[in-house]
Amino acid sequence: MSQVKTNGPAIRKGYKEKNYFLRLFDNIKAHPWLYIMFFPVFAYYVLFHYWPMYGIIIAFKDFKPMMGIFGSQWVGLDKFKEFIYGPYLWRLVRNTLGINLGMLIFGFPLPILFALVLNECRSIKFRKVVQTVTYMPHFVSSVVVCALMIIFTRSTGIITNILAYFGMPKTNLLSIPRYFKTLYICMNIWQELGWDSIIFFAALTSIDASLYEAATVDGAGRWQQMWHVTLPGIAPTIIILLILRIGNLMSLGWDRIHLLYSEMVYETADVISTYVYRMGMTRMQYSYATAVGLLNSAINIILLLSTNALSRKVTESSLW
Amino acid sequence: MAKTNIAAGGITRENRIKTSMGDRITNVVLYVIMTILMLVAVYPLYYCLVASFSDAKSILANTKPLVAPIAPFTFHGYQMAVRHQGILIGARNTVSYVLTGTLIGLFVTMLGAFCVSRKYFFIRGAAMKLILVTMFFSGGIIPLFFVVRWLGVYNTWWAFILPWMMSSYNLIIMRTFFMGIPDSLEEAALLDGANEVQILFHVVMPLSTAVIAVIAMYYGVGYWNAWYQSYMFQRDKTLWPLQMFLREVLIVQNETSQATDITTMSAEAFDRELVKYCIIIISTVPILVIYPFLQRYFVKGVMIGAIKG
Repeated sequence: MSQVKTNGPAIRKGYKEKNYFLRLFDNIKAHPWLYIMFFPVFAYYVLFHYWPMYGIIIAFKDFKPMMGIFGSQWVGLDKFKEFIYGPYLWRLVRNTLGINLGMLIFGFPLPILFALVLNECRSIKFRKVVQTVTYMPHFVSSVVVCALMIIFTRSTGIITNILAYFGMPKTNLLSIPRYFKTLYICMNIWQELGWDSIIFFAALTSIDASLYEAATVDGAGRWQQMWHVTLPGIAPTIIILLILRIGNLMSLGWDRIHLLYSEMVYETADVISTYVYRMGMTRMQYSYATAVGLLNSAINIILLLSTNALSRKVTESSLW
Repeated sequence: MAKTNIAAGGITRENRIKTSMGDRITNVVLYVIMTILMLVAVYPLYYCLVASFSDAKSILANTKPLVAPIAPFTFHGYQMAVRHQGILIGARNTVSYVLTGTLIGLFVTMLGAFCVSRKYFFIRGAAMKLILVTMFFSGGIIPLFFVVRWLGVYNTWWAFILPWMMSSYNLIIMRTFFMGIPDSLEEAALLDGANEVQILFHVVMPLSTAVIAVIAMYYGVGYWNAWYQSYMFQRDKTLWPLQMFLREVLIVQNETSQATDITTMSAEAFDRELVKYCIIIISTVPILVIYPFLQRYFVKGVMIGAIKG
């Protein structure tokens, strides 16, 4: 009994010659419970991830829900062409890239700087308080964060009032196309600054203390130590997260923008994912929306794979 | 942690006396930066807290940053908020979604993580691929919408849970943890004739309370804050979670009342203003109150996730 359980097949003669399915069958016989336990997970992934992936073929059809996937007409790449030659391609790419680049340029270095500041704090108690307080916004829901943004930037809002001192117009700021991206980026930085610093702070605290001692002996001051010991120490973490960020430059969730934007600011606020949502769920152009979404996913994967490959070549750090 | 902290900046207890003038100035600057960041993090919610007790008309007319409630001090907003039909339904639904969703998510994640962490699970490699692929590629919302409809889940209570039942990210965190548990414990149990189910619940689970707490909190907070899952798949208002009603009160109504001038606003409009602040506080405070006690678990989760990701 116990022999069978501890991976019996491996001991059997002729194991190597057996084909995949016979070996699988042996394994199922030896560990039936494992397969029963895995079944719900398998079912979940097949139903809610792989079935929708199969559903992507509606991007190549003129899908009518009444006729089902099979009954609908094949249209080849028509829906893709419609989007690529349509009027919105450039606007959507520009906005998606614009917001993500803003998040990269401002949202990426700030948590690193914040972690460095925390690391320089001499009072552990004070530092812990700062950490607890600055992590808090991370737990506020998207709906509330967006609502705060809306309330604070309408014509009577506190942010509008403060900016009015600097000569900004006293109107609803979210309805002015020029400001939308900035407001969106600021909102996200407010929420995630503390939380995003956790990982850098962890990397900082794991730097070997003897390096600092050696640096002190060599007469390095605070800033020199930061430049020559601390930053190189967290460089691998920074690079890995940077690869991820760059790999995701074309992907942006629709939910928060959907809460914040209005028709007045589509010009600067509408991104690929919000467009997909609107076209698919509101306008019911199912095939078209799926095609746009698929194009976006394909670009995302290519971007991620190529950044990863590039980074492996240049810096020897990569995701996999 | 304490060791490295003393080392940071090269200042040890002994040579602290030597702290130079420049160093002291740097310290002051750092404290000022940290204090400002704390204020920025807290102020928006503090503003809502203060506003929720204030007179709505004065809040709207106020152009300076609020520090304390504007008189007359009132609980009127909270009284209206707790009587709001939607908020009541939403709160009840959210509690049941959080409880059920967290339990189911935790259970299924544990099953999956356990299986793919066992070296003797023959299809382990294929199973990992099945899971990892979904982190980089998905069918998108439209095909998912039709799957949910075809399964008969659309516009049911389960539409909020089933399509997002478990997360690959959480599964990988848990798997990493399970793989760190020594095999010898499991082998001993196997020799005693235990099967895999017993191993999971009697050997692995008791050793993994930390990671189970982390994942449970991730699912719990996720369900508490989720809204678009319902927005996409639940038309029936009696199924909505709290966040959907918040959206209705805070965002949709705001769009319609955007242009209103304070001088021409009705009493009901002021009431609606006040209720906004109150329900922001009501919906956010539970998590913010619990969170500091669980902070180290959340932080631990980020670390475990980072090793793999």
